[in-house]
Amino acid sequence: MSGTLVEPHAHSGHRPPEEVENYIAAEHSVRSWLLTVDHKRIGILYMVSITLFFFIGGVMATLIRLELMTPKGDILKSADEYNRLFTQHGIVMIFFFLIPSIPAVLGNFLIPLQIGARDLAFPKLNLLSWYIFIIGGAISLGVMVTGGVDTGWTFYTPFSSMYSNTNVIATAIGVFIVGFSSILTGLNFIVTIHTMRCPGMTWGRLPLFCWATYATSLVQVLGTPVLAITIALLGLERLLHVGIFDPKLGGDPVLFQHMFWFYSHPAVYIMVLPSFGVLNEIIPCFSRRPIFGYKFMAGAILAISMLGFLVWGHHMFVSGQSMYAGMIFAILSLLVGIPSGIKVFNWTATMYKGQIIGKTPMLYALGFVGLFTIGGLTGLMLASLAIDVHVHDTYFVVAHFHYIMVGGATMAYLGGLHFWWPKISGRMYPEFWGKVAAMIIFVGFNLTFFPQFLLGYLGMPRRYYEYRPEFQILHVMSTAGSSILAVGFAMPLVYLILSLWYSPKAPANPWGATGLEWTTPSPPPPYNFETTPIVTEGPYQYDHDEVAHA
Amino acid sequence: MWNFPFLPDQASEQANQVDGVMYVLLAVTAFFTVLIAGQVIFFGIKYRAGSKANRSGRKSTSHNLEAFWIGSTFIICVVMYIISTHVFFQMYNPPADASEIYVVAKRWMWYLQHPEGRREQDELHVPLGKAIKLVMTSQDVIHSFYVPAFRVKQDVLPGRTTALWFRPTKAGAYNLFCAEYCGSDHSRMIGTVYVMEPSDYERWLTGGPESGGRVSMASAGEQLFQKNHCSDCHSPAGQPNRGPTLVGLHGGNAPIQQKGGSVSMVKADDAYIRESILDPRAKLVAGFEPIMPSFKDQISEQDLFQIIAYIKSLGKGQEGGR
Ligand code: HEM
Ligand SMILES: [Cu+2]
Repeated sequence: MSGTLVEPHAHSGHRPPEEVENYIAAEHSVRSWLLTVDHKRIGILYMVSITLFFFIGGVMATLIRLELMTPKGDILKSADEYNRLFTQHGIVMIFFFLIPSIPAVLGNFLIPLQIGARDLAFPKLNLLSWYIFIIGGAISLGVMVTGGVDTGWTFYTPFSSMYSNTNVIATAIGVFIVGFSSILTGLNFIVTIHTMRCPGMTWGRLPLFCWATYATSLVQVLGTPVLAITIALLGLERLLHVGIFDPKLGGDPVLFQHMFWFYSHPAVYIMVLPSFGVLNEIIPCFSRRPIFGYKFMAGAILAISMLGFLVWGHHMFVSGQSMYAGMIFAILSLLVGIPSGIKVFNWTATMYKGQIIGKTPMLYALGFVGLFTIGGLTGLMLASLAIDVHVHDTYFVVAHFHYIMVGGATMAYLGGLHFWWPKISGRMYPEFWGKVAAMIIFVGFNLTFFPQFLLGYLGMPRRYYEYRPEFQILHVMSTAGSSILAVGFAMPLVYLILSLWYSPKAPANPWGATGLEWTTPSPPPPYNFETTPIVTEGPYQYDHDEVAHA
Repeated sequence: MWNFPFLPDQASEQANQVDGVMYVLLAVTAFFTVLIAGQVIFFGIKYRAGSKANRSGRKSTSHNLEAFWIGSTFIICVVMYIISTHVFFQMYNPPADASEIYVVAKRWMWYLQHPEGRREQDELHVPLGKAIKLVMTSQDVIHSFYVPAFRVKQDVLPGRTTALWFRPTKAGAYNLFCAEYCGSDHSRMIGTVYVMEPSDYERWLTGGPESGGRVSMASAGEQLFQKNHCSDCHSPAGQPNRGPTLVGLHGGNAPIQQKGGSVSMVKADDAYIRESILDPRAKLVAGFEPIMPSFKDQISEQDLFQIIAYIKSLGKGQEGGR
């Protein structure tokens, strides 16, 4: 939206440009960070905390992969230790890294900037959400150092409620608490997007990143309470032996799975929808083209978020639910392929006849397109009943969801982080190292997870500490890949931190991108905009000479 | 190094069908992956910034194109659904002539029992070519019975039975795995399925350690029927006593007293009989007092299977009731 601003520009006044106060330099004390209500600073707080969780989860993943190099248990002392590791890896990565990643870091930072607002609707609530997140996280970390939990991140009953003798309750409390952070953040975003858009920022001109975060927020607000209820019931049964899930007490174990997946399937969309938003910003910018099919892109995001509530039963095809239920869940799940297809095709159509620039964010975005395609199509295989009976609960499923969650969502997060790094930090990232890391991650990722599709189809069950020797070759390949992947993930941590001191200062709009966030200095001033922007045209006006201009 | 297989053994009728569906889906997946990745790479090169490629006539929206890919993905999804559901349907419904074998899962072991009486642990012997239906339950948490070579899997739940069937088509020894995470030794809850020539299987059935004193499941069930004093109220002679007779019950309909006083017919299948033993008051047979005690926690899952086998042996009921 460059050129859509009504003047005056930020530094036309009395202050020389280099003295424009920015949100980072505004105050320096630790207290000023911990008590900040600036959405940008809160975004940074989240960034630091989820990075910590990501590396904790990563260390666990490394240990899991090392253990699986050989069929027999060797590196870890016991099967119980292995079971605790994969459980905690899952809990950390899903609840404490991926769910908050794009929404809480990039969403917090960008939504007010993209809609031309001064802050979120409820700045103090935003800070509270972060504290809730930290309390939940601290409890879960506390559990891990004091014995751990071994139920799997899925907490299936009656194992979790009556049989496991690890810290199920404390972990459940941690997850329960962090859910409120998710609900409050979602609520904050919804209200903000509804009420704080600047003049001229109509729904039809809303950047697709905001659309994606908006849809995600709806899912967070509608789905997370069900998780809270489920966890509370689990706690009731475990502590007070109220029969809800264990048949010995008169309960029904499959009921838990219905309740759990009613949240957790939408939760996988909480993890992936925001990445669609990120891609919708990066691909047009580095193709110098408007996004293809804006309305369909926004519609597809909403369609996925709503369909996502109707497909939970596809996790339960062999759970003993009725055959007819399975058949209905299967067709609804397959239909998710349609809006997912719309997204992918529109991304490639955006590149068509563009001026494609292969900067780091674009490399991540293009990697995402390929890996999400594989993840989505294998999802269709899983939704095809006959196949799922064979590969359910095998490494095939493990490969599928890592293609979506790591190859997809995590790559999108990294792409977004690089894209907006100049805006966030006020410094450029080193382009060469950025590209090298993106490529290492892409290669390492495929080497780690592609063999797992083969393993799964061969029949290797998931959550196995020891396995039959015929599976070893593929496990060794996967472990080798994971060591490459680990290097790839460590690199951005190093060079992004170093860039704060050693990289050149970033201009307001290094990519020549549209979008209000690029009209304010990098890093932005605490109040975001000198004057409230006024929007006069749609987003992604990269291309004024096109045919059939809408 | 490269001689690892890409498919597990195909040792059942279902295996071929599932792999058939897989080939179709693999073709679809490969097609779209190559299409999308190809476009990304091709456009990335051809339309790299500053290249001389012709860029005239571009658009940023087209309803026809959107309709085209919505339509084509829809058709592909429906086709996937039809072929996979067709196979699933067959996998789900055992043929009428399937012979039953009973499975009890318990952390971290599989107990199996053949109707003829032979029991085994973590091993299952089955004859080649015959449809086998496994009737399964768990003593504790959820497990899952998984034989990759047969492409079958079914969760095994506590408190109820689930079933799974297959028809082995290739003699050999195959992996049996527990596929639902069940705690410490989940990865050791494994075993072997032996598919044998029918004659070998017959010999195997009558052999084994307790071959001398072995009794069929039904006769073992009869002994339990006496021992637990079921026979005190349920006369095996066919007359109602303090409780209804169980002769000719299984497979027929039982008249159940409803709240309002009306009577409705309920199918007397394994699940009904199981429930009647563990929770007799859940469904009361019309005309009898609610005096039967619950045998919950008193009869093991294995014994339950035997008692049910005995009741089954008392004759098959009529659809219309007795
Ligand atoms: C076209 C879209 C998709 C379809 C049709 C699809 C389908 C499926 C199906 C049928 C399963 C169950 C497999 C089983 O347990 O046997 C599954 C598992 C899973 N999917 Fe997807 N999926 C899609 C996209 C996604 C996305 C976008 C994510 C995450 C961001 C995701 C994450 C997961 C996870 C985490 C699991 C495994 C959960 C567990 O058992 O631990 N999927 N998917
Ligand atoms: Cu098990």
